[in-house]
Amino acid sequence: MTAAVAEEAGARRFETVIGIETHCELGTATKMFCACPTVFGAAPNTQVCPVCLGEPGSLPVANGRAVEYAARIGLALHCRIAERSQFHRKNYFYPDMPKNYQISQYDEPLCVDGWLDVDVEGEVRRIGITRVHLEEDTGKSLHVGATGRIHGADYSLVDYNRAGIPLVEIVSEPDLRSADEARAYAEELRAVLLALGVSDAKLEEGSMRFDVNVSIRPVGHAEYGTKIELKNLNSLRSLHRAVAYEADRQRRVLADGGKLVQETRHWDEGAGRTEPMRSKEFATDYRYFPEPDLVPIEATASWVDGLRAELPELPAERRARLMEATGLPVKEVGWLVRDPEVLAYFQAVADGRDPRVVAGWVMGELQRNLREFDHTMASNPVKPERLGELLDLLAAGTVSATAAKDVLAEMFTSEASPATIVERKGLAQISDTGELEAVVGRVVAANPDLAEKFRGGKRGVLGALVGQVMRETRGRANPKLVSDLLERAITG
Amino acid sequence: MSLAAPGPGSLADLTGHELAERFASGTATAVQATEAALERIAATDERLHAFLIVTGDQALEAAGAVDAARERGERLGPLAGVPLALKDVLVTKGVRTTAGSRILDEFVPPYDATVVRRLRDSGVVILGKTNMDEFAMGSSTENSGFETTRNPWDTTRVPGGSSGGSAAAVAAGQAPLGIGTDTGGSIRQPAALCGIVGVKPTYGLVSRYGLIAFASSLDQVGPLTRDVRDAADLLEAICGHDPMDSTSIPDAPTDLTSRLTDGVDGLRVGVVKELFLEGAEPGVLARVREGLERLERLGARLEDCSLPSFEYALSAYYLIAPAECSSNLARYDGVRWGLRAKDSADVVEMMQRTRQTGFGAEVKRRVMLGTYALSAGYYDAYYGQAQKVRTLVRRELDAAYERFDLLVGPTAPTVAFPIGEKADDPLAMYLNDVFTIPVNLAGNAAISVPAGLSEGLPVGLQLIAPALGEATMFRAAWAFEQDLGLPTRPTVPEEVRP
Repeated sequence: MTAAVAEEAGARRFETVIGIETHCELGTATKMFCACPTVFGAAPNTQVCPVCLGEPGSLPVANGRAVEYAARIGLALHCRIAERSQFHRKNYFYPDMPKNYQISQYDEPLCVDGWLDVDVEGEVRRIGITRVHLEEDTGKSLHVGATGRIHGADYSLVDYNRAGIPLVEIVSEPDLRSADEARAYAEELRAVLLALGVSDAKLEEGSMRFDVNVSIRPVGHAEYGTKIELKNLNSLRSLHRAVAYEADRQRRVLADGGKLVQETRHWDEGAGRTEPMRSKEFATDYRYFPEPDLVPIEATASWVDGLRAELPELPAERRARLMEATGLPVKEVGWLVRDPEVLAYFQAVADGRDPRVVAGWVMGELQRNLREFDHTMASNPVKPERLGELLDLLAAGTVSATAAKDVLAEMFTSEASPATIVERKGLAQISDTGELEAVVGRVVAANPDLAEKFRGGKRGVLGALVGQVMRETRGRANPKLVSDLLERAITG
Repeated sequence: MSLAAPGPGSLADLTGHELAERFASGTATAVQATEAALERIAATDERLHAFLIVTGDQALEAAGAVDAARERGERLGPLAGVPLALKDVLVTKGVRTTAGSRILDEFVPPYDATVVRRLRDSGVVILGKTNMDEFAMGSSTENSGFETTRNPWDTTRVPGGSSGGSAAAVAAGQAPLGIGTDTGGSIRQPAALCGIVGVKPTYGLVSRYGLIAFASSLDQVGPLTRDVRDAADLLEAICGHDPMDSTSIPDAPTDLTSRLTDGVDGLRVGVVKELFLEGAEPGVLARVREGLERLERLGARLEDCSLPSFEYALSAYYLIAPAECSSNLARYDGVRWGLRAKDSADVVEMMQRTRQTGFGAEVKRRVMLGTYALSAGYYDAYYGQAQKVRTLVRRELDAAYERFDLLVGPTAPTVAFPIGEKADDPLAMYLNDVFTIPVNLAGNAAISVPAGLSEGLPVGLQLIAPALGEATMFRAAWAFEQDLGLPTRPTVPEEVRP
């Protein structure tokens, strides 16, 4: 390839095409095909039985609740629920899979043909959902040896607690066009799952993970480019980084006159790059066939209608309603509805209060303190009614915003009411004119030049004078009152 | 019915219901019956090789518990205290279970199969685990990883298979009751070859939970007994919905015996043309034709019918069953239980060597056949096509049941054949099941009842019923058996140790 051609290829505009397969553990109490508990973090091989160990003679029985959860996900994603769907066996040998086949769904999934609206920087993109299907998780291998992978391990240990945990696989159409869109889709999907209450969708515990197909093609081309699969991305951050890296890598390969090969690549978070996976670690022919141990799932219209009627408010509807009710901008509303716990908290505090003020505190100071004190929304020690009391003190002018921040921090370690803390720490705002007039007088006397400038029409200097009064009162003075008094003292 | 009066004969020669009468009248105890069975096993099994494990102490303990319960005046089921031979393909908690395979040589299951639990709940006394073709793949027990069972009628011949151990045990009086499994004929064919009754129940009537799978969509557990009444009683004891088996039928009728003696008068019976192939032995066909005349004489209305799809059933079966087994047997890889090949360089080599060493030739053949049939690019031509044949067989049978209550034909094309005769010829062996396989493909019920002897060896007559048609099937079989009489028991020369 000549330099000129290479340059042209490099300059040609490509678009990125992305499809995402999301695996998500369902929050059922028991496993997909047996009655074993699904609690995370139990001692290895304690949550097992003949069925999830694939003991000779054992048989699977589908968990009705898991089927219901999957159907609810399908309905929330505007899918059609198949009247008849079926489980298949996906056959391949791997030590962490007790039966050496995975029970999954293949060409007759439970939910098909849906969509999800995703807000990307204020623009709504409708992403097609190909299918939502049920399957069982595998066990977990621990390879002991230099490489930490199965090849070259000295020995391997297997924990089957996770084997048989119900999973849904949600497959999007290749409708996403950038790393930002991919992340926005994943975030929105996670919000939907949380709103439905079907999964805790905890990325850090691996209960939600992504396989992403990335390809590029010249803008305007209808056919897809060579597809690269990125396996097992387990955070929104690595999803975004991996897609951005991979799309860029593909552009560079083509720009350099190279050729892309269809392959599966692994995202190395530390190195910040994708690498080819060893081809031996996955089989190619899964010999799918209908699982003869399970009967097909028959979804009656009345069952589906019942589930549809019971769907909770979904994030998109919720955002629209909140924007309408609160006047908050889309970005803030989007942030609030992403986590049902945050939303419930916000709504509890905002009841009867200014939603903009409440949103600011819930998103800002509250989150900062949660991080600082190593809490989550679930373990948040500040009850909504307490934050409400604090914001009422602020609104009434009893405390300044600065003081209120101190009070909130104190509330993370004290069970006392905000009013008690204000009292105990002497943080009450000084709104007593007499008390403040003395300080104002001192400050004006100490800054004759500033007072002169103000009189000369430079009203901006008032801020500096207010600042000094606030300092002298250790932030307790009512700033509005202070500026009134200053103005009167200088001009009067 | 022969209500055998208490006489000098051994308790081991009585049927289950005859024993039950003795227990009820106080002329025998379950412990005595169990001792008689264990003595018969001790005397004959070195020659027959029907059992892989005899659990004598557990059996006597169970029998003692039944006797004690009877003494306390507890209500007991019809089979309480009756000994039984259990095919080693049903898992038994704490008792080694091999499915006839070396790969499970040391496998001790942590749970009881539902059928085993129901047997124990009924007070049935389990004597031990019987020999079988490895993973139920075979028609002679020659594919057992351990030993070849002998036919009590002629110990140079096979007992049939794969439930040959249970069939031989019942025929030889080692146990009045036996449990087998039938995927393509594995209960009915050995029943025919051993001169006893064998039932393949409707798919889904008996739980498969704890049955080590060969081909999941075809496997069924069923009785092997000396007479029809015992078969009906035993099936009644083990059938019924099991929430642990999704394919078990929720509301199946569980009364299989109350109309047992109603006779065949007016029953419409179809004589299936395709089951009277030229390949069948003339002696077998002669006994079966006599059987048809007998049924007619008893009042059944016989009429010919043709089910052309039966011609393709064997081929379809030998794609579907291997396909399912290739997946079902994938779990035997040395990782979790059973045999593990030592000193392998890595996990792949360990799995490969474990399976190479642990599986016998027939199992490997079928795993390979099945793997091929499911492979990308071949699926539609093989597995997919076989499923279409299966649908066709089912439809043709359903249409036939609009005209007939039952269908009839021979059970197996031949009488018991000499050991070794077909061992190296898989196709000849597969043809043993040509008359029984269509019933499995359709999920229907069928029974094999003794229909006399050909050259001194038993012949079986097969009655086929629609799904859940067991009660009618038993009625006809009972009437037939009453009219013909039970075959005399073969005398097994008792073992004299050299």
